Amino acid sequence: MEIQLACELPRVQNMVHVQGSAKPRLVTPGEVIYQDTSFMRGHGTYMEEGVQVASVAGYVTRVNRLITVTPLRQVYQGAVGDTIVGRITQVQTNRWKVDVNSRLDAELRLSNIQLPGGEQRRSNLEDERGMRGLLREGDLVCVEVQKISDDGLLRLAARSIKYGKLSQGTLLAVSPSLIVQDKQRMHDLPCGARVVFGANGYVYITPTVPQEQASTYTVNFEEVPVDIRKTIGRLRNCIKLLAIHSIMISPTSVTSAFDMSVEQEYEIKDLLKPDVMQDVAMATVQMLNE
Amino acid sequence: MTDLNLSDAEKSYIVDGVKLGIRVDGRGRLDYRQLEIETGVVSTANGSARVRLDRTDVLVTVKMEIERPLPDQPENGRIHFFVNCSANATPEFEGRGGDDLATSLSAMMERVYSSPHTLDRSKLCVVKGKHVRGLYIDIEILECGGNLFDAISLGVKTALWATKMPKLYVTGEDGGELEFSVSDNPHDIDRIDVSNAPILITHLRITENLTVVDPTPEEECCGPVRVVVSVTPQGFITATQQFGSGTFNPQTLTASLKSARDLGQKIHNRLLRKLQQEEQMSDRQVKGFL
Repeated sequence: MEIQLACELPRVQNMVHVQGSAKPRLVTPGEVIYQDTSFMRGHGTYMEEGVQVASVAGYVTRVNRLITVTPLRQVYQGAVGDTIVGRITQVQTNRWKVDVNSRLDAELRLSNIQLPGGEQRRSNLEDERGMRGLLREGDLVCVEVQKISDDGLLRLAARSIKYGKLSQGTLLAVSPSLIVQDKQRMHDLPCGARVVFGANGYVYITPTVPQEQASTYTVNFEEVPVDIRKTIGRLRNCIKLLAIHSIMISPTSVTSAFDMSVEQEYEIKDLLKPDVMQDVAMATVQMLNE
Repeated sequence: MTDLNLSDAEKSYIVDGVKLGIRVDGRGRLDYRQLEIETGVVSTANGSARVRLDRTDVLVTVKMEIERPLPDQPENGRIHFFVNCSANATPEFEGRGGDDLATSLSAMMERVYSSPHTLDRSKLCVVKGKHVRGLYIDIEILECGGNLFDAISLGVKTALWATKMPKLYVTGEDGGELEFSVSDNPHDIDRIDVSNAPILITHLRITENLTVVDPTPEEECCGPVRVVVSVTPQGFITATQQFGSGTFNPQTLTASLKSARDLGQKIHNRLLRKLQQEEQMSDRQVKGFL
């Protein structure tokens, strides 16, 4: 075990040096954004005594006359079409309750998943009885947000071959605001692992599976070989260090951090040390800015 | 310990990893995460320490009182342990939720420190049979990231090391009641001898015959049974306790005890070196919680 004194540890530093662009303005709740009243009020702001005030801590963004504040940290709100990773918390009649890192547990209906066997098969009583056979408590699923109901409850759907139960691997929870918005959420990274960047901040890392073997509700319990485990472990620690240093998490940044850590010959477990984490994070930011 | 509920796929990934000798975050079976320590974080206590082990965050304070000794131990000082599981650590600690865990933690600590070979409590005596020093050790669990027992024992040892008690002088007697004066010179102090204070090493049984140290919450989910071993700097085992439902193979148990002893001695040495280093720093700034 390595022991460090708190005063020896590096302080988390500001590492955003985007060249060429103006430094984004950071506001805290209650701070006056603009005295000018001609702007339109967007998300994260409110009017008080004729001036516009921030209601969350974050960056000010301006699109024409519309002012919004993008929060730095937030609870996942959900947006229709997002691909997210969730964990089944309850099996109920006709539906599953899914933990999606949000305020409420989301809902996945039996009719909204692609049942094994039939393409367009309707679900029957038999399927309802065998729901726990498909997904049980604790299982991880990759799903899509289909609808957001009035009270903020997310309704999920998995009506495609790419969604469904996730196989062996490891889950990492980061802040949802750190995940880069992207059309594609599942990436087979060149280093040899598959990463699902859930829009809700759950990142799942699994070994790559050949397309023809990917089946939606059965899990392959075959032992994962050591070299793939090493890749997954390194990826996990890299994503973790990016999250700790508030660097946006995308396939590019993760791959750079991964390559950086390999290049500097850090062992996987070394990446758990704060000073090494900061080194790799700095190097990654530099690489991304080039 | 926490309300994590892993899927079978994740569990088998963790278990297979332990079998292959590479854990999810790249550590081996007997690797600890990096520990972060700081003393003197609470200025109103006689001694305090904060210990972080990845996400596990423990604050320990030691306060001194003058009290009556137990009738059967007239010259022994008293040590009281109180563990508080903050609801900030996990939501399930809310209300009375953390009581069971707190009781088992404080009972374990009390057992470990009850032996005369670990801490010489006769040094805490002021007037034999009448007045002794009582140490109130408060342990606050701020965040749960696995391996609470080890973190707490390290925190207690660190806090006891940092404890500075003002010297007491008997100035006179008034109608059978003794009068004391408490020295207010900050250099006229008594320290506690922690050269024999033990620490706890937890071995978690993940699968048949294989144990790991310093488990993460995910790993704690996979192994129901653990053995907690208290080791002194000299390598003596002063207490062992098994937690959880499950069994240990005799060979596994002996191997765990042996490796706990070796690991314990190493950690003791490193801890002492770091604490001495911290004490010698002339203008150390307390990092605290910000």
